[in-house]
Amino acid sequence: MIDKLDQIFVLLRDWLVSFLPTAWQPAAGTLLAVAMIICLFPALFALTTVFERKGLARIQNRLGPNRVGPFGLLQPIADGIKSLTKEDIVPLSADAAVHFLAPIVLVIAVFMGFAVLPMGRNMVLVDMDAGLLFYFAMGASTELAVFMAGWSSRNKYSLLGAMRAVAQMISYEVPLLLSSVAVVMITGSLSLTKIVAAQDHYSYGLPHWYIFTPWGFAGFIMYAISTTAETNRSPFDLPEGESELVAGYHTEYSGFKFALFFLGEYLAMFSISGLGTTLFLGGWSAPLAALNWVPSWIWFFSKLMLSIFVFIWLRGTLPRLRQDQLMNFAWKFVLPMCLLNLFVAAAWRFMGDGWLRWVVCSAVLIVAYSALGWSEMRKGKIGPRSYRYAE
Amino acid sequence: MLGEGIIKGLTETAKNFFGSYFIAERLTTVEYPEERIAPMESARVFPFLVFDGTDALAGLRCTSCQICEKECPPKCIFIEKSKDKKPDFVGRMQFYPARFEIDIAVCMSCQICVEVCPFESIKMDTEFELATADRFGGLLLKRDQLAKPNEYYNRIHCTEASAVDAKLAEEKAKFIAKAKAAADAAAAKSAAKALEGENG
Repeated sequence: MIDKLDQIFVLLRDWLVSFLPTAWQPAAGTLLAVAMIICLFPALFALTTVFERKGLARIQNRLGPNRVGPFGLLQPIADGIKSLTKEDIVPLSADAAVHFLAPIVLVIAVFMGFAVLPMGRNMVLVDMDAGLLFYFAMGASTELAVFMAGWSSRNKYSLLGAMRAVAQMISYEVPLLLSSVAVVMITGSLSLTKIVAAQDHYSYGLPHWYIFTPWGFAGFIMYAISTTAETNRSPFDLPEGESELVAGYHTEYSGFKFALFFLGEYLAMFSISGLGTTLFLGGWSAPLAALNWVPSWIWFFSKLMLSIFVFIWLRGTLPRLRQDQLMNFAWKFVLPMCLLNLFVAAAWRFMGDGWLRWVVCSAVLIVAYSALGWSEMRKGKIGPRSYRYAE
Repeated sequence: MLGEGIIKGLTETAKNFFGSYFIAERLTTVEYPEERIAPMESARVFPFLVFDGTDALAGLRCTSCQICEKECPPKCIFIEKSKDKKPDFVGRMQFYPARFEIDIAVCMSCQICVEVCPFESIKMDTEFELATADRFGGLLLKRDQLAKPNEYYNRIHCTEASAVDAKLAEEKAKFIAKAKAAADAAAAKSAAKALEGENG
């Protein structure tokens, strides 16, 4: 029974497909899974928008949306109808074809990332050997869509936003990859299913997730910072900084195209949280051996939503960074820490079992973190700002 | 240490997040159409005309002196003086506004009309739900819409209104005393005259 519940989606797919001729079955099964992903994540996106608004409201001691439906839960439907009925404005001087393609390219590129994410035991669309590589290749192509949108709009705000976005995403792509490389080094595989399987065992009832190792914890922090920047979320939301750039690269988009950008942003957040879950938080494995009876997909999605909550929490807490702070942070802090983390992961791998590797790895990382942080803060970069010309 | 501030901020926002569910004082939101706060006494939106008694036209304090019309900075008041006269609150014969219109689309709620009015006739209202489907006609308030009883004024600005009432009562008493004195003097005079006539 419990096994059946765990595999319910797989069994459901197989049952539905069994009505078709044998030759069509593999293709139909894949299509069904694709349809499932395409329906599920936008639905999750709709829910997340309303929860985000409610969460942010609570953080600011407000009530948040509560007018449409019970507790405001039907708000996304109202928003959807609104964006569908709005006029689709394309600027006269815009490059119409590229302007039209940009949101589509974004959403497609983001959706491709879900193909390799293991969302439960045996629940992966394509079990690729180089899954991680495929994921990052797809993730990197969202930058193209962002730049297409900014360039084709013929608007200085759009272009500035797109340039900021590309600069930021390329800068943070490096630490994002390097923090994941540590996981690959330890697991010895680029396959995401193998990475989850490597974390899916327990000692004394506690899981062997990578986040519970010194290099994994440091890697996870760096990964979280890079993903926040990669998905253009606050405090790294400079590309769409409302106070400076109207809305950044999607300034000239209205109606459903704008909704697609919004969807793309949230889907990127889901998929990158899903990847983080897979790499560091044990994917679909239960947090305690005693909880193994709960279906694996429930664990995956709970971890995913928990990450989303942290994203929202950060957004409600931190103010936006300045462009130079953003770049300095990427190249002078996150990148060196990631590089060091690679060495620490290697040391962890070759020091064998025992308490010694815990002490050595933790000490190296803590010392490096404190030293880097101290030297950065000593430079007075975080002190009060001085205005050279305004005074 | 680097990151201390972030932790501090995160705990603060977490306190807000959970606190807002359990501590009622944190949520200051008043859900407007269903819940309302009584308007504050010092609130002011647009001017209205005060009348005494029950009949709006008979009790209107405005004497159509047109000072407010002249003082109004955005020129949103329009007054047409009456041809005839009607008794005011003490019984003096005064003009009254045949037309009195305020364009609240133009009015900037400066309260200058209230300050210059010598008859305590124009006051600031607290009514703010003035949305209308007709943006020209609907926002041009006519005399009958503007006239509101003194009891209403007492309700929305009670301290100010009672001071005004006291002042007007004093004026009225003074006027009556004066009239009485004048009548007495006249009576005495005429009596004296009559006496003189008799004697003469």
